Amino acid sequence: MNKNTSSTIKELQTGLAQGKFSSTEITADYLTKINLLNPDINAFITVTQEKALEQAKVADKIIADGKGTALTGIPLAHKDIFCTDGTRTTCGSRMLEDFKAPYNANVIENFENQHTVMLGKTNMDEFAMGSSNENSFYGPVKNPWAMDSVPGGSSGGSAAAVAAGLAPAATGTDTGGSIRQPAAFCGITGLKPTYGRVSRYGMIAYASSLDQGGPMAHTAEDCAILLQSMAGFDKRDSTSIDKEIPDYTASLNNNLSGLKIGLPKEYFAEGLNVDVAKNIDEAIKQYEKMGAVIKDISLPNSKIAIPTYYVVAMAECSSNLSRFDGVRFGHRCEDPKDLEDLYKRSRGEGFGEEVKRRILIGAYTLSAGYYDAFYLKAQKLRRLISQDFTTAFEEVDIIAGPTTPEVAWVTGDKSDDPVSMYLQDIYTISVNLAGLPGMSIPAGFADEKPVGLQLIGNYFDESRLLNAAHQFQQNTDWHQMSPEEK
Amino acid sequence: MSLKTEDVKNIAHLARLAIDDDAVADYASDLSNILDLVDQMNQVNTDNVQPMAHPMDSQQRLRDDEASEPNQRDKFQSVAPDVESGLYRVPKVIE
Repeated sequence: MNKNTSSTIKELQTGLAQGKFSSTEITADYLTKINLLNPDINAFITVTQEKALEQAKVADKIIADGKGTALTGIPLAHKDIFCTDGTRTTCGSRMLEDFKAPYNANVIENFENQHTVMLGKTNMDEFAMGSSNENSFYGPVKNPWAMDSVPGGSSGGSAAAVAAGLAPAATGTDTGGSIRQPAAFCGITGLKPTYGRVSRYGMIAYASSLDQGGPMAHTAEDCAILLQSMAGFDKRDSTSIDKEIPDYTASLNNNLSGLKIGLPKEYFAEGLNVDVAKNIDEAIKQYEKMGAVIKDISLPNSKIAIPTYYVVAMAECSSNLSRFDGVRFGHRCEDPKDLEDLYKRSRGEGFGEEVKRRILIGAYTLSAGYYDAFYLKAQKLRRLISQDFTTAFEEVDIIAGPTTPEVAWVTGDKSDDPVSMYLQDIYTISVNLAGLPGMSIPAGFADEKPVGLQLIGNYFDESRLLNAAHQFQQNTDWHQMSPEEK
Repeated sequence: MSLKTEDVKNIAHLARLAIDDDAVADYASDLSNILDLVDQMNQVNTDNVQPMAHPMDSQQRLRDDEASEPNQRDKFQSVAPDVESGLYRVPKVIE
């Protein structure tokens, strides 16, 4: 495997600043590559060619006038869950096949204020429900490293686009691992920030108490640059947190000497693929070489994280998706005979199988008489899972382990059995339940497919995570590998 | 925990979701498997544990009750399936 020729955002920033190339030139290059490879990979649902070239032209003018900011002229791909004014936002669903949002998501707004270029909207599991990107109405996405395998999900299109060099970076969202797991499967770097760090305004809701947007890129440094623009308080998101934003790139080069890294024994137990484990062990040794102190820790309630997560997520999804009623926006059935028929058939036709399953489970757990046994019980367990982390962070600075128990599986292998797919989220979902920040960084290969190392930080400690990830990437070259040159 | 086809039909009605008759049995089986997974929650005692609704236990922010958004009815209705004179059209509700 050779070194990657795809540029990082950092390299594009430097090139644009030095006038080595224009935004129009690099945008055209990415569009050419998208037109060539996307028909096969299916990473994009919508390619915004004309808009991208227009935005690039404007950005070039701003740069020429000396008024550019850090991300001016940088091409990006956005997960099709972020509302984009004037460009359709499908959320991977037939329900929103023709939906053009009347406003921009906060994340999009933040990037547009800096005059970034939008290459298009990336494919995803319908309403972000899935771990393989097989649940998209717009077809499955292929993993650029192994075209017969899944890219992970739900931000599978974003991960595949970055891995294949169709975009230097992309946005994603993570409710139970949807940034970290596809980042791991596609050999890229992804960050799920602390809950409340990035505004959810205009990010189509799946499970509101867990959803969080974040960056997906080649390097931790690029994630730091992107998070700088994405993070911040927004009064239009009722759970946004008003807290100072540190300079995420300033601490990237801090020395790791003495950094205490905890290894939860539950993340290395039965179920972890042996070859994945070997890569993770090597990565931990690398951290020791860099001066980190490794400690064994325990997160005893990890075993009930999956059922807890699915109860919370499905109940919230059933409430959130009640807004799709065929009246104000979205799919409407033909010739409804009455209002109830309109609701039922519009929803029945607009939603795919997995979304229906989750709505049904959610409606069941929230129905009269069941609330205490399901949702309330799950919220109590959520407290216990969260306390495990609080206890662990009294002893360690960050927690490390595998992002996923196995590498990318072959498309179709798990699609007949929803529960077997849910079990794949074992190492990522506790982080969402606790609301903590987490990252996945490339850490080797097993079966010629990428392996991800997960790093979990304390609340609002993204700087330390990015620092630890960046230092790892200064000493390893897994993140520079490219599927093209495999 | 096992759901019968009648249960599935009832839940689908509560969720206002049309599902094909020939798919009901598959849903009953899939949903029962999911509920078996969920049943593992009962392995852990949660007496006296405070439920957690928000990771930071934040309180709901309040604001003054003032109009803050401009009226954009035409723009919002441009994505509606059926509108007339600024109103959303649906089938007759009251005979």
